[in-house]
Amino acid sequence: MTITSDALSGGFSEPVFQSQSVFRMLMDGMARPGLIQRIVSDAGQPEPLGPAAGAIALTLCDHETPVFLSAGLAKSTVGAWIGFHTGATLTREKAEARFAFLEAGAAPTSFGLFALGSQEYPDRSTTLVLEVKALHEEAGAGQKLTLSGPGILQSRDIWVEGLPESFHRLWIDNRALFPRGIDVILTADTDLLCLPRTTRVGA
Amino acid sequence: MTELASYNFAYLDEQTKRMIRRAILKAIAIPGYQVPFASREMPMPYGWGTGGVQVTAAIIGPEDVLKVIDQGADDTTNAVSIRAFFQKVADVAVTTHTADATIIQTRHRIPERKLSEGQVLVYQVPIPEPLRFLEPRETETRKMHALEEYGLMHVKLYEDIARHGRISTTYAYPVKVAGRYVMDPSPTPKFDNPKMHMSEALQLFGAGREKRIYAVPPHTDVVSLDFEDHPFEIQRFEQSCALCAAHGVYLDEVVLDDKGGRMFVCSDTDNCEDRREHGHSGEMLAPSKEAAE
Amino acid sequence: MYVAVKGGEAAINNAHRLLADRRRGDRSLPSLTIEQIVAQLGLAVDRVMAEASLFDPSLAALAVRQSRGDLIEAIFLLRAYRTTLPRFGVSVPLDTARMQVERRVSATYKDLPGGQLLGPTFDYTHRLLDPSLLEDQDVEEPARRPAPEEEIMRVSDILAHEGLIETDGTFPDDHVAGDLTREPMEFPMPRDLRLQALARGDEGFLLALAYSTQRGFGRTHPFVGEIRIGEVELEMDVPEMGFSVSLGRIKVTECQMVNQFKGSAKAPPQFTRGYGLVFGQSERKAMSMSLVDRALRAQEFGEDIVAPAQDEEFVISHSDNVQATGFVEHLKLPHYVDFQAELALVRGMRAEIAARDTDDDMQEAAE
Repeated sequence: MTITSDALSGGFSEPVFQSQSVFRMLMDGMARPGLIQRIVSDAGQPEPLGPAAGAIALTLCDHETPVFLSAGLAKSTVGAWIGFHTGATLTREKAEARFAFLEAGAAPTSFGLFALGSQEYPDRSTTLVLEVKALHEEAGAGQKLTLSGPGILQSRDIWVEGLPESFHRLWIDNRALFPRGIDVILTADTDLLCLPRTTRVGA
Repeated sequence: MTELASYNFAYLDEQTKRMIRRAILKAIAIPGYQVPFASREMPMPYGWGTGGVQVTAAIIGPEDVLKVIDQGADDTTNAVSIRAFFQKVADVAVTTHTADATIIQTRHRIPERKLSEGQVLVYQVPIPEPLRFLEPRETETRKMHALEEYGLMHVKLYEDIARHGRISTTYAYPVKVAGRYVMDPSPTPKFDNPKMHMSEALQLFGAGREKRIYAVPPHTDVVSLDFEDHPFEIQRFEQSCALCAAHGVYLDEVVLDDKGGRMFVCSDTDNCEDRREHGHSGEMLAPSKEAAE
Repeated sequence: MYVAVKGGEAAINNAHRLLADRRRGDRSLPSLTIEQIVAQLGLAVDRVMAEASLFDPSLAALAVRQSRGDLIEAIFLLRAYRTTLPRFGVSVPLDTARMQVERRVSATYKDLPGGQLLGPTFDYTHRLLDPSLLEDQDVEEPARRPAPEEEIMRVSDILAHEGLIETDGTFPDDHVAGDLTREPMEFPMPRDLRLQALARGDEGFLLALAYSTQRGFGRTHPFVGEIRIGEVELEMDVPEMGFSVSLGRIKVTECQMVNQFKGSAKAPPQFTRGYGLVFGQSERKAMSMSLVDRALRAQEFGEDIVAPAQDEEFVISHSDNVQATGFVEHLKLPHYVDFQAELALVRGMRAEIAARDTDDDMQEAAE
């Protein structure tokens, strides 16, 4: 793969403070599953990676975190961009990936091939960053999800456009593995929300 | 002479922060589970809050307002020292007011005032493993957590009852988080355990020497272990605070003389000051009344 | 009226000021220079570098001076600085066979290629206080020999030649050397991490453990195959250039311990190894390390684990003096919140017993 100028451009202009701010959104998001937040830091990521997903990569990935890219992302300059800006290596093995990025419309058939952690070390699992079309706090377009579990007082309703059809089934399987399992961050352009493995998703 | 480098914002380098941040996210996703992390040497000694300091350094930003307490008080020397450290390396705003803080780093107490949404409570943890005193080997305790095998802990608590007629653990009292992991709440008195349950704040725990981070998300069940015939109870003080007359708060005993004279005052100094500012006064602070009599 | 004690900050500032005063001591005497410490307290500097895992004599000397000669405090200072340094990569394994040897002794051979070189050792000095050191007398220049033309062969290589000693442990080709300071510990540990932990472990702790194996708590029948002290070249691979470049020379102490043999019906008996390698000159540490390394290999050789020195989790978890000193000394931090809880409990239990006794007395009186 040749490095194009796309791969070298972008990145945070103030990495220390921008990655801190993105991390705090992710921390608050994991602590309050389903909370929709908007990223303001410009990651300058190449298409088809979304701005929120790009900011997450810059914030969390480095040479200690092998990254898996879905087919659509793998054939773009996204891989070279992540490699150049974070030092992360790309892996084709889902089970080795600490982070996996999936472009909008990618339809995962199973979460089981990703690292799920072990019963002794359930933290050694992949975090999946899944791009969807849009996230809404209020009813309107999209599929309604009713979330409950740690971090949520009673329940929280969100509406997601472009959620893969298989998601509900895969999430139920993932929940059944607890404490093992993957954690998911849904991104839509500059928006994001987190679904840690503890979250129950009802329709 | 080698030239000393200047230090990054919040002391830690960015690579270390990322590593800690990843551990924090996994810790939140698996409430009560201890995530191993590559704890760094810090410029303060192990056992003095290096875990809490690393967690705070990894999460803190220029917008944050930091409060640091030790034994409930903002003015204990170690709290002063850690607060000064963050003022120096991160130039953040600091406060003693619980309500104004976005991040509260603590050793041994949870503030009396109810924490709110958006606040983060960072605990300094000496021994993160609740089963450690029953089983010294990490290889064994890890298995016990994996299998959710907590019988030993119940046996220990029950032995207490057999010997002393009650559970004699008064601090670092084990809790079960979100119905799965048994967790050490750090050496806070069990008086504070109920505050962890369904708290609105995010609770993060850092153990530097033992290299573990764990978390309790907001609105999460935190249940103190007990038995039907010996339900969990917190400490109750007969006295009220001698300075602010508060009841139902944790009190420190202050020895006044060598003849057994003593008084009880709030452990949470901020809460006590706040109450006094609002006109509450305890027996030691009512000279005008005494003078009138 | 009671006024709560305040002013922790002022107290800390005053304590630091007093510390600075005590560190400087009598102002009429010249202050110690870093160069003096490096040159004249070299073994203290070596220990600080070894246990801080950072080779930098000037900074180690600064730490010694700053800590008023408290070496564990100095190690702590240097480690807290080391942790902020970026990690560029991993060096090529040191080739100690190419060491420029200053001292080299073997207890297993009377004479051997390269000879026995005593070097700057305390061995054979009579431990009599030397009044001449009270004054700054001229010191003779040392006698020098011409540099040997050939490498000084390692004793382990002599034994290995005949197949008498096990080969050095091997790792798969793709094995990346672990880094104790960047990864949380996990047991059981691979040997590279274990040796790393021992190399930065507390000299006194390892010495005591090594001693315990000699006294029967996990015997390993050791012989000092070889101890060598000297400078070795430190090299690093540069993938872009396709070869390794020299970063300079560092002084190290290496100890190869030759231990009791192992064999079976099928495999002929061979001696086993314990290994020690330490920054600077520290024979005591390198020897202790090699004894403890061998003791910790008990499981690998199918030996019964019966002694503390053979227990990896026990040894490694407690060998770090910066961790140990921090946690032991943290007991002086206030614990009054917890103590209050215990106080209330003990008072309550005492009151209960007193009440019970009173009841009993009253019952007896009534009977």
